[in-house]
Amino acid sequence: MTLVLEQLLNGVQLGVMLFLLAAGLTLVFGIMGVINLAHGSLYMVGAYAAALAAKMTGSFLLAIPAGLAAAALTGMAVEYLVIRHLYARDHLDQVLATFGLILFFNQMIILLFGRQPIFVQIPPFLSGAIDLGLFPYPIYRLCIIAAGLLSAAALYFLIQRTRLGMLVRAGATHREMVQALGVDIRLLYTIVFGLGALLAGFAGLMAGPLLSVQVGMGEQILIMTFVVVVIGGLGSVAGAFWGALLVGLVDTSLRAFLPQIMRGFMAGSEADALASGISAMGVYLLMALVLLIKPKGLFPGHA
Amino acid sequence: MKTMRMMAVAAAAFCAAGAVQAQEPLKIGMITTLSGPGGYLGQDIRDAFQLAIDMQGGKLGGVPVQVLVEDDGLKPGQGKQISEKFMKTDKVKLLTGIVFSNVALAVVPDVLEDGGIYVSPNAGPSNLAGKECHANYYVVSWQNDSLHESAGSNANNLGYKKAFILAPNYPAGKDALEGFKRAFKGEVIGEVFTKLDQNDFAAEIAQIRAAKPDFIFQFHPGGAGIAFLRQYQQAGLLDTVPMVVPSPSMDAVTLKAIGEAAVGVNVSAQWNNDLDNAANKAFVEAWKKKYNDRPITYYASQGYDTALAIGAALKGTGGKVDDAKAFRTAMLKADFASVRGNFKFGNNQHPVQDWYSMKVVKGDGGAPIIKTMGKISSNTGDFYAKDCKL
Repeated sequence: MTLVLEQLLNGVQLGVMLFLLAAGLTLVFGIMGVINLAHGSLYMVGAYAAALAAKMTGSFLLAIPAGLAAAALTGMAVEYLVIRHLYARDHLDQVLATFGLILFFNQMIILLFGRQPIFVQIPPFLSGAIDLGLFPYPIYRLCIIAAGLLSAAALYFLIQRTRLGMLVRAGATHREMVQALGVDIRLLYTIVFGLGALLAGFAGLMAGPLLSVQVGMGEQILIMTFVVVVIGGLGSVAGAFWGALLVGLVDTSLRAFLPQIMRGFMAGSEADALASGISAMGVYLLMALVLLIKPKGLFPGHA
Repeated sequence: MKTMRMMAVAAAAFCAAGAVQAQEPLKIGMITTLSGPGGYLGQDIRDAFQLAIDMQGGKLGGVPVQVLVEDDGLKPGQGKQISEKFMKTDKVKLLTGIVFSNVALAVVPDVLEDGGIYVSPNAGPSNLAGKECHANYYVVSWQNDSLHESAGSNANNLGYKKAFILAPNYPAGKDALEGFKRAFKGEVIGEVFTKLDQNDFAAEIAQIRAAKPDFIFQFHPGGAGIAFLRQYQQAGLLDTVPMVVPSPSMDAVTLKAIGEAAVGVNVSAQWNNDLDNAANKAFVEAWKKKYNDRPITYYASQGYDTALAIGAALKGTGGKVDDAKAFRTAMLKADFASVRGNFKFGNNQHPVQDWYSMKVVKGDGGAPIIKTMGKISSNTGDFYAKDCKL
């Protein structure tokens, strides 16, 4: 039972990381209609900037604003220089251009930092594990869960309760009308893109001390992020939240429990190999299932 | 006057060319991986190989040699192109250097078929160690499975009974678990295949905690292995459930990257920089003199030993490599002082050597070091030697 609880926590932790990435991706798609494959690169930029700042200053707390600023500024620069010219083009052009951006960012990181993975130490006050009564759990992972849920709440407030959020929602459903009312839609787009980049950078800088910071780290998680966006419904932030939690929990549970279940009726190492294969496919099967029942995702964003 | 001087220069140049012709150094082709995350492996092999040559004054076994180095980029196809260029254009007969088994499997059989000689400083795939062993193929490092078998023996010696073992779901990962289980005498209570590109192991670590094994054995090459170790330590498990790893999971470079978090990990290998023998001391001192703080890895020791082994063979043949039979006779004597102490070739021309148990401990300067604790086994060959009919 404690194992199940611990795995649920692991699933939630993976889920909130995916949410931070998926929120930006789904906002950009919902509001601007752009498929941004380079979203993972912004995650990588955030992770590298934070790693660099942590190394130079020796302080993880200073690394947080560094990572956030680097990702947001890079995001806004990318929007201004590249994405802006793609709004009127079709999705194939967008995919091509943003795929080019992935190659550009990966090569840039190789030139600046080399191919060797970089390691960020966990700040001493967050390292170690805390006893939750039933089992010990790493403090850092708990912090990621807390930070992710807080970000989700803040994003909800921003979008549902502020003027900017109102414009964002209006932009998603009635783009021409917002423009006709005299809102500077270009500026709005840049801000939204920057916000998405900021969230991706936040995920990246939190992932740094947990995983290794390396070239191509964005692409590894980007595929899962797209699954989340599709399951949640394109353009829906609420969908991204529930989709991310669902994907996080399903992926973790399959990895954690499928081998034991398979061992019930198969030989040990065969069961392990098969279970490993099926759990690798799990979230994609889930996506197919959701699309079969609700073709627009669980929380369709706009028509 | 001017023409006279030109002619004199030309004549001098011809004479010089003739002189060079007379002592044309023997070319050795080195195909190795210098780029990518595994690039430091090839760089260490290359630099230690060259270090051995420099220490002998540009010669190996008294024979002037020149090393041609090319990067295979961990791509089997690229490795094959380089070997063809070496053999056809540069007329190289003696090749070495390959780090990764998948590249070796693409390159080595063709090199041997074309009458070349190959001496491996690292990769020792099982396919080439048993039935398919070859008279002109030598491995100075180890047979791949030996790495994991030594980890299994290490666990036996440490008195561990219940194992939880993990490796990525791909051929080398499966071989690692098979190799470990072949040598480990206790009970394997959990066996997990991770995804090859996975770098978050929270779910697996929770399973380990619930299974309560005596220890875990894990093999995750590259960045994933470092991520695993850090997360394992963060979860507070490293103190309660010790970890046993084979040497590729914990070399001097990865240790430098991980730092304190690695203290307590058990490693097994055929060499360490603190081994107490004269050859090793000379090697470590020369490396430190040339490269200062640069960590010395197992790979460097293997590159160095490979150069010494080739040198011993060249000394025996007077620098000739055209007669592969004579070269073989000289090579198999292994008449050199290996930095790992005992060394000889088995019947499949793979090493018969000692394996050492090591542990990551806090060093005097604060930074953790890999310390040799004792011997795991002596004069150990490999599992596939019995299938080789040489």
